[in-house]
Amino acid sequence: MRPTGTYDTSYARDMAIVRTPLQWGLLVVFFAALIVYPHFSGQYWLSIATLTGITLIAVFGLHITTGLCGQINLGQSAFMAVGAYTSAILTANLGAEWFLLALPFAGIMAGVTGLIFGAPSLRVKELYLAMATLASQFIIVYMITRMGFLTGGALGFRVPWASIGGLVFDTPVEIYYLVAGIAVIVGLAARNITRSRVGRAFIAIRDNDLAAAVMGVNIYGYKLLAFFTGCFFAGIAGALWAHYLTYLNPDQFRLVDSVWMLGMLIIGGMGSTLGAVMGTVFIELLDVLTYYISPALSAAFPQLPTNVTWAVSLVVFSIAVIIFLVFEPRGLSHRWGIFKASYRLWPYGY
Amino acid sequence: MDMFLQFLVTGIMLGGVYGLVALGLVIIYKSSGVLNLAHGAFLLVMAMLAWTLADGMGLPMWLSIVAVLAVSVVLGYGVERVILRPLIGQPILATIIVTLALGFFLEGVAIISWGGDIVSYQKFLPREPFTWGPVIIPQAYVWSFLVAIALFILLLVFFRYTKYGLAMQMVSEDHQVARSLGVNVRTVFAQTWILAVMMAAIAGILYGSLHPLSMEMTHLGLVKAIPVVLLGGMNSLAGALVGGLIIGVAEVVGAGYIDPIIGGGFKDVVPLILMLLILLIKPYGLFGWVRIERI
Repeated sequence: MRPTGTYDTSYARDMAIVRTPLQWGLLVVFFAALIVYPHFSGQYWLSIATLTGITLIAVFGLHITTGLCGQINLGQSAFMAVGAYTSAILTANLGAEWFLLALPFAGIMAGVTGLIFGAPSLRVKELYLAMATLASQFIIVYMITRMGFLTGGALGFRVPWASIGGLVFDTPVEIYYLVAGIAVIVGLAARNITRSRVGRAFIAIRDNDLAAAVMGVNIYGYKLLAFFTGCFFAGIAGALWAHYLTYLNPDQFRLVDSVWMLGMLIIGGMGSTLGAVMGTVFIELLDVLTYYISPALSAAFPQLPTNVTWAVSLVVFSIAVIIFLVFEPRGLSHRWGIFKASYRLWPYGY
Repeated sequence: MDMFLQFLVTGIMLGGVYGLVALGLVIIYKSSGVLNLAHGAFLLVMAMLAWTLADGMGLPMWLSIVAVLAVSVVLGYGVERVILRPLIGQPILATIIVTLALGFFLEGVAIISWGGDIVSYQKFLPREPFTWGPVIIPQAYVWSFLVAIALFILLLVFFRYTKYGLAMQMVSEDHQVARSLGVNVRTVFAQTWILAVMMAAIAGILYGSLHPLSMEMTHLGLVKAIPVVLLGGMNSLAGALVGGLIIGVAEVVGAGYIDPIIGGGFKDVVPLILMLLILLIKPYGLFGWVRIERI
């Protein structure tokens, strides 16, 4: 549903993501808000924003693999772990100044791992592929735990602060800017993939891969490329995670986290980049909500165990996912699209 | 050689338990085409419920088993009606995520209700292990194995000779054809889920008699039962049992010989590696129906 009065006079206009001056204005306001956010947000909300940004990068990756190309990936958290440990090991052993090199290398390592565990996508589809990636989630984390000589295993791994040039990212504000910048770049990349030749091939494979093959799309190559790209972004997210928390442990990368990210994608709306953003922000806010209501719950029901925060957030998250899947499977971005269409058409009904 | 024999027999018995868990999964897939990733959570909740009734409230064990079966009827019907029915036409990813979310929901409820402790049943099975030549088997394993075989035979008879079982198989193949022949598809779905949750209850209670109950039981459904189901073929009851035996033996033998070299925990990964291999070599499993794709 286009804004009224917009029409295309050139190919570039047809492909544009931002169409009207109003949209450009809103975009500038959004970036300005991102930049000044740390100044009035407070410590807690800054950390929430940073975590949301890191998760968003991984969810963009999942958006490419699962949302655009239809290859179900239940192991995104494990690929984040690969990226996290790669960057951690490189910067710990070679020095923190290598971060600028370690970051893309972490992405590449995660992408290659994604290729290995995404290889079953050439033989199996959908449900069976989901099971193969589920296996990858457990196997990768198991291997990280076993390779203690390299990764510290279950005892954990201390990660140095990241540094680019002489600038060391050791305060929350600096890390927030790093994460926000990379998240914006990754989001733009993901959105651009959608309107490129590669993106059209992905969408063709998702909709009907046999028909795509008949049309001449190299489905094997593009499926592997989808896995590589998705896991590349997961690796970058993992590296940022490592340098934000400065302590790594295999228990940070569980199946629940992978499913969480898929849930974010589904709640937001699978086929759109905006959906990935909306879903991630929604779930993170839900998490904050459970953090606030848990003490009240514990006070109201004293016989609840002490680790109830985790269980309550689990219950809230699963109920949210189930409700969305039952009532609005196309997600928040679909609702947002309906809202936009209704105000653009106003006062007409259709 | 003695050690190998011990591993083999223990593996077969353990495989019986895995097969029992997997039977519940196969039932649901056989009639509705949904892989129930929440099966492990059902195991946990049913087993904990039985524990609450038996140990917490002091009911005799047989009564708490009957009560848990009654609860599982209600739970199975409720889950099918509220959660699975709206998703009937949806792509497969939706059902995968919904069953995963359901599993996490039940796990969260279990942690809130029972506090994440490790509890054990009062022993309702005899304790002395059988000794068979050089091999020692705890009696609980043998009973579980026998129950698994008995249930398997019962289910085989059910699916082949009773009209409810035949209706379930019909529904799994084609909804329209089933409806045109007078089968109420919605009722069949409800019956399937009820049956599967009852199987989960039995499997959970039996598993609880072998091991202390902890929140880790949900793990069982995902990490152990799914490889069994994929190995055996998702539509096949016999496949569930055979797959269970293979995975059980592979796990115990593999762990027994390789764990000392690597340092522990390998037995959790053996079923997954086997699953990856079977997905690459023979994706539909040993006895599963092969899906022929046409444009």
